Amino acid sequence: MRPVIPYVTAALLFGLGVYGVLRRRNAVLVLMAVELMLNAVNLILVTADTTVRAVLPHSGQVFALFVIVLAAAEIGVGLAIVLQLYRLRATVAVDDVALTEPPVPARPVGQSAEAAR
Amino acid sequence: MTGADLLLLALGAVAVGAGVLVVTTKQLVRAGLYLVVCLGALAGDYLVLGAELVAWVQVLIYVGAVVVLLLFAVMLTRAPIGASDDLDRPGWPAALIGGGAGLGLSVLLVDAYRWSTVTMPGAGTAERLGEQIFTSWVLPFEVLSVLLLSALVGAVVLSRPDIGRRGDDAEASAGSLTSGGRR
Repeated sequence: MRPVIPYVTAALLFGLGVYGVLRRRNAVLVLMAVELMLNAVNLILVTADTTVRAVLPHSGQVFALFVIVLAAAEIGVGLAIVLQLYRLRATVAVDDVALTEPPVPARPVGQSAEAAR
Repeated sequence: MTGADLLLLALGAVAVGAGVLVVTTKQLVRAGLYLVVCLGALAGDYLVLGAELVAWVQVLIYVGAVVVLLLFAVMLTRAPIGASDDLDRPGWPAALIGGGAGLGLSVLLVDAYRWSTVTMPGAGTAERLGEQIFTSWVLPFEVLSVLLLSALVGAVVLSRPDIGRRGDDAEASAGSLTSGGRR
């Protein structure tokens, strides 16, 4: 088995993920590109498990499992954020989000808490 | 070139090709489906590399759960059906940085391994991996379970606008809730 083949595959996938994160405007597509990067790292870990003789056997594969769990947690929270963004702004384009703007008030301006009761 | 090398080469070509389509296609739903192809080819790579458990976990969690979640998000954000032109921003910097990262890492790894061969160690079956996880890696495993729980709670808090506010704001929103009960 020649380890250079999966290593180069992983490097190219990581580059594609970086390109996707920087290029895409839609937040869901940005999350897909992040998944590509995470999978490239997993491939590196699994390949390194065959090439590096570590003290603990199969450490690379255990780490790959951990990264898969982290990716699942990341996608859950990330999609919650994206859906909340869509609910507030009716768009998921990441370059429409103003980082310095104060949060949108939850009720119309001028209506006080007393009036709401 | 042995059979394993040829398989790795073919699956790697499929994965990279599908990855290119994921980041370049104009149709949102197709990007998710190309992601399935890419992740499936990577699962095949894991099988060839002897990581059986990781391969099946990849199929279960990535292809089964993550892609389904992504497609749900595509539908819930009312993405247009068919090609849309506003998915990309002008991207010479993206091509430069992404291509630089990919090709730079490739050059580093090719320089490090240079067509050398290694003998495959024993396959990573569920028995061996479970032994490692529950002897050497118990603490990270438990920390990871706490992290999953906090991610779950965080997702629930994020997607419910009526919790997390304080003071009169929260009372006002509680008064306007029709479903009653904010907990």
